[in-house]
Amino acid sequence: MSIFTTGYQARQLRRRYLERTLGSLASVLVLFWLSINFIKSPSQFFQASLIGLSNGILYALIALGYTLVYGIIELINFAHGDLFMLGAVFSANFISIWFGKTSSGPAAWGIFFLCLLVVMTVSATVNVGIERFAYRRLRRAPKLAPLITAVGVSFCLQFVGLRWNGSGPKTWNSVLPAGAFHISGVSIDYTTLFSFAVTIPLLLLMSWIVTRTRQGKAMRATAQDQDAARLMGINVDRTISFTFALGGALAGAAGLLFQQTRGLTSYNLGYQLGLIAFTSAVMGGIGNLQGAVLGALLIGLIQGLNDGLPIGLGQQWSQTVVFSILILLMAFRPTGLLGKPTTEKV
Amino acid sequence: MAKIALKKKAKKSKALKPAASQRTWAIGFIIAAVVLWTFYTFIMFRLPYSVQTVFQNWLPPTKLNEAMVWVICALGLNIVVGYAGLLDLGFVAFWAIGGYSAGWFMSAFFRQVNFHLFSTVKPELPGIHISFWGVIFIGGVICAIFGVIIGAPTLRLKSDYLALVTLGFGEIIPQIFTNGENIAGFNMSNGTKGISPVDNIGVPGKALGPFDFSWKFTIFALLTAMMVFISLRLRTGRLGRAWLAIREDELAASMMGVPLMRTKLAAYSVGAFTGGIGGVAFATHVNGVFADRFNFSISIILLAMVVLGGMGNVWGVMVGALLIAWVNSTGLQALGDLVNTSFGTSINFPSYNFVLFGGVLIFMMLFKREGLIPESRLKAILHEGDDASANLEGHH
Repeated sequence: MSIFTTGYQARQLRRRYLERTLGSLASVLVLFWLSINFIKSPSQFFQASLIGLSNGILYALIALGYTLVYGIIELINFAHGDLFMLGAVFSANFISIWFGKTSSGPAAWGIFFLCLLVVMTVSATVNVGIERFAYRRLRRAPKLAPLITAVGVSFCLQFVGLRWNGSGPKTWNSVLPAGAFHISGVSIDYTTLFSFAVTIPLLLLMSWIVTRTRQGKAMRATAQDQDAARLMGINVDRTISFTFALGGALAGAAGLLFQQTRGLTSYNLGYQLGLIAFTSAVMGGIGNLQGAVLGALLIGLIQGLNDGLPIGLGQQWSQTVVFSILILLMAFRPTGLLGKPTTEKV
Repeated sequence: MAKIALKKKAKKSKALKPAASQRTWAIGFIIAAVVLWTFYTFIMFRLPYSVQTVFQNWLPPTKLNEAMVWVICALGLNIVVGYAGLLDLGFVAFWAIGGYSAGWFMSAFFRQVNFHLFSTVKPELPGIHISFWGVIFIGGVICAIFGVIIGAPTLRLKSDYLALVTLGFGEIIPQIFTNGENIAGFNMSNGTKGISPVDNIGVPGKALGPFDFSWKFTIFALLTAMMVFISLRLRTGRLGRAWLAIREDELAASMMGVPLMRTKLAAYSVGAFTGGIGGVAFATHVNGVFADRFNFSISIILLAMVVLGGMGNVWGVMVGALLIAWVNSTGLQALGDLVNTSFGTSINFPSYNFVLFGGVLIFMMLFKREGLIPESRLKAILHEGDDASANLEGHH
């Protein structure tokens, strides 16, 4: 017995040692790269970081939907990114076509907040519907089945987006206040501030719901053990629906913010952003809410720095950088930055 | 017509022993291939022009060849998804790598070197020109190596994490090829312009033109037959049984002494090898490699083929692949034209393919998880835990 354990432990130790060496080497290289850029042009450095963070907070809203659903039923909801895309297309139509607001002003801001409520409700309903019709029947099926279904749902949502938005990207006018103010060479858009002002309360509200309310407690219980939760009188189906609603609402809000800050919608938006958001969720430790936000901010920052710094790979390698991080994370630290290590790796 | 006959045969042979049913399918495949080849080579151009147009609209010979490439790739994915039960969402990466191997080793792209090996191309042309038969092997091996590189650190993960990693891989590889025009000053892939033309397939003493349907059909059908043979042999062999064991219960398999990592890696690299062959074949089919063709939807279409036909069943996957490839290339368009002219509507049918593939995936998973032509063992596992009666039904 002891012979096996020592052999195994030695291998584990060697592996951990290798991982740690590689990890420190990578961090040293990254730090070196950052400091070179910082010395070269501090203002550009801060500008890139700011852009990165404002992207990151958007990713956080989407990543939370992934992490919530994964936490409760262990499903990678591939359709989540496309729900975000539908939210963006819906918001664009709601504000610019149905209400005809194409410029900034108090009335338009009112419509913006109305749209926030409506798009969150609609996305939540759609997400609950998807869960009800596609995923619920497969809850006890082998894992491959719901995953493939989620891919199918994603394609169906993309089809809706394609019909609604057309095959090319569409540009829209934002109703948020335009312009920017400057602090020592770094320009800060008002829209960036606006999206922070909308996102941060939403994140706080989310964390309040999950940690402080009865429904949140039911969610956590269901995530831990569905059968035990059912025995304790928790309505598991309803709790799962609620989780999907919460994730959907956040995706809808992210859609509105994306559409208003970037002024752009396209049917395949959800695929790229969804993947990035999922990477963030994994980075923070999937199933962990704070982790998802942290991961999203980090990914946003990395992307922003890579795209915006004078010495970097540049925008055309942006996806490669993000997905390489995903693969490296999966290989060396599948539990993420804040995730608890699990023994089950099979 | 041939397809219907095939289906009838399959139904009849259900009661027979598996080997006998395999033989029926194999004979069916050979007959269908020979019939199609004879028809398109000798009969079609003698038919009246109007009849020819119908065939050109519904099933042009080049699309038949393309469908065969899809079948080869779907068979490769079937080994990964259907046999070993590992979800791979980035299979397009292997298709791309295979395609670029053809671009590198079968064209004038690397002008700086002049290397010829059994090639039918004129020896004074610059570039690397290796015979098609060598390149399918090289492309397959390169893909298998990449399969091992990507698989080794990640195959320990849970299945859904693996899906994500493969998805990421499927995104990275095409982007590398798209941006590969200038990697530290080296032009690796000619960027978005792609590499074209690729050498034609050479058969002893003859270089085939890019539009030589009959020969290409023969070669692709042979490749498909080879892949089918390999798939079937692997499945009954030791490795195949280990794959099925892993697919059905990983823990139990490892307790019985199946080395999980090595077995999964084998599935991954064999799948990748097949994808590479498909990639090389496709490059010769379209006479070039273009980076923007390799997108996520290819991975999903391949997955839909495997799922529709019946995961794990070689013949099912083949039928599924032929069906979807046909719908995707000409079927939907031709059907749309027929509906539009007969009802006076103007519906753009090909624009519905998104919802078609999504719908196929969802409905197959919800109602017929085992596919159109199911494999009995897989049917049993896929319905595990549905309810008691389904369970009983599954165990036979």
